[in-house]
Amino acid sequence: MIQFEHVSKSYGRSAILHDLSFTVPDGQFLVLIGPSGCGKTTTMKMINRLLEPDGGRVLIDGKDIADMNPVELRRHIGYVIQQIGLFPNMTVEQNICVVPKLLKYSKEQSAEIARNLLELVNLPYDQYAKKYPSELSGGQQQRIGVLRALAASPPVVLMDEPFGALDPMTRETLQDEVKKLQKQLHKTIVFVTHDMGEALRLADTILFMNGGKIEQMAPPEEMLERPASDLVRSFLGKHTVSESAPIRAEDFMRKNPYKVSKDRGVLECAEMMARSGVDTLLVTDENDRYLGVLPIRNIRLYGRTVDSIVPLITKEVHTIHAEDDARETMEYLVTSQDNYVVVLNSDETIAGIITKNSMARVVADTLWGEAQG
Amino acid sequence: MSAFFDAYGALLGRSILIHLGYVLASVSIGLVCGVILGILLSRLPPKWSAFLLPVLSIFQTIPGIVFLGLLFLALGMIPATVLIALCVYATFPILKNTYTGLSQVENRYLEAARGCGMSPMQILVRVELPLALPSIIGGLRMSTVYTVSWTVLASMIGLGGLGDFIYQGISSNNNLLIVAGAIPAALMAVVLGAILDWLQKKATPGREAVS
Repeated sequence: MIQFEHVSKSYGRSAILHDLSFTVPDGQFLVLIGPSGCGKTTTMKMINRLLEPDGGRVLIDGKDIADMNPVELRRHIGYVIQQIGLFPNMTVEQNICVVPKLLKYSKEQSAEIARNLLELVNLPYDQYAKKYPSELSGGQQQRIGVLRALAASPPVVLMDEPFGALDPMTRETLQDEVKKLQKQLHKTIVFVTHDMGEALRLADTILFMNGGKIEQMAPPEEMLERPASDLVRSFLGKHTVSESAPIRAEDFMRKNPYKVSKDRGVLECAEMMARSGVDTLLVTDENDRYLGVLPIRNIRLYGRTVDSIVPLITKEVHTIHAEDDARETMEYLVTSQDNYVVVLNSDETIAGIITKNSMARVVADTLWGEAQG
Repeated sequence: MSAFFDAYGALLGRSILIHLGYVLASVSIGLVCGVILGILLSRLPPKWSAFLLPVLSIFQTIPGIVFLGLLFLALGMIPATVLIALCVYATFPILKNTYTGLSQVENRYLEAARGCGMSPMQILVRVELPLALPSIIGGLRMSTVYTVSWTVLASMIGLGGLGDFIYQGISSNNNLLIVAGAIPAALMAVVLGAILDWLQKKATPGREAVS
């Protein structure tokens, strides 16, 4: 358990923290967030005494950390920084085992720790242990950074914007991994970020700071439901709408559209349209790949002159892929005369269709669904 | 040619050994002093080192002969005179590169090291010095190559080395003697430099070599 009791801190004349008091129970994921200069990093660095308070006390498990040896204290608190800071002259294994080595663990014990931890994040020991940090991607490097912090099984881990420098895809993967590790290993994590999406995804409790004071401290759902101030609301607003809303085409599509194979007869198709009340069928080839669409208009005009539906197929329909950005499709549907677009999988089979209707329904779900928590 | 080697071969061999001895001894002492002083300098507030480094550079620009002459007057004609002079000159490039290497260690490594719970001494030994090592070896290389040529001055006060051949050759107008002194000295500088280049590369596992 970490307790802040009336902690204050100033640099020169400018006060960074004012009379800050809060408690982090064991096993909790606390995210510190707020505008830059709000004191969130300062707060975090007081926990491992990289910074000392001017007034007040910080206690871990009831003991005032000012009475502990700072070097000894830090060996029992994991620390992950934004710039990763893996030592370039050490291998992956040596980096992970920095703290165990400081604590004089045996060689076998350290190697065992490195092996288990690497396994935990799916980096095989035999392949990665002897590599140098410069041989790894940014995401892999920060994975090792996280493992280094976990190596001596500290009950508390501090993370200072650890994923800020990574690309969005890698960031999400690492967020999931860290959340999983935290639950699995039951760690108390204090995590600094300025990204509300990240805070909402990871936190058990979000501590929103502004000007060195607590603006609001609450679990994510409660903060979404009842933001304490306009500032909190503006931080949340940015994310609830654009970040957590689905933006890929497949999130908006209707699955199981009516489709037929190209070797079906004309009458059969007309019959199928009449039965299911649609004016168009999607046509596939023998390998189930998208070929085009068959509109009722074509059957009406030329249906009597041909035996097969193949000459009646038109390709004049907009197609997109399932993982494409849905916003362009929304634009397209609104501005063009078309009533739908066809969504294809990467192997050109049909994934579904997006109609104005299906789009509107998802948008509505997202907006009202979120607002009601 | 063979007549020359018959006459001077043994002397030349001994001179090379004496020369090499002066170089290795003074560079080793210079290395220890340079690294220790460089570490101390890097622990001082930047204001101090900004003042001290230029002062030390001025000292470095005093011509070797002048310094050697002064030491000769003070200490007399003993090997220590040459050694002290060479050590002082060998120290500076190493000192400067140690200081530069240490001050270029990026803050993120220091913060990570502190956050991991390393003591200041552990940070120095396990993180800072290994990261500064390529730069320190660069300084060592510079010192070594310079010292090979400065050692030629040793014979000025009659203490041997390859300088003997060069000065004798100059005073007796014997080109062969000059070359016999100069070529081994040049070779020695090249070979020692190459060994240190190789060491510098070995000292940077997983990193680009820093020149």
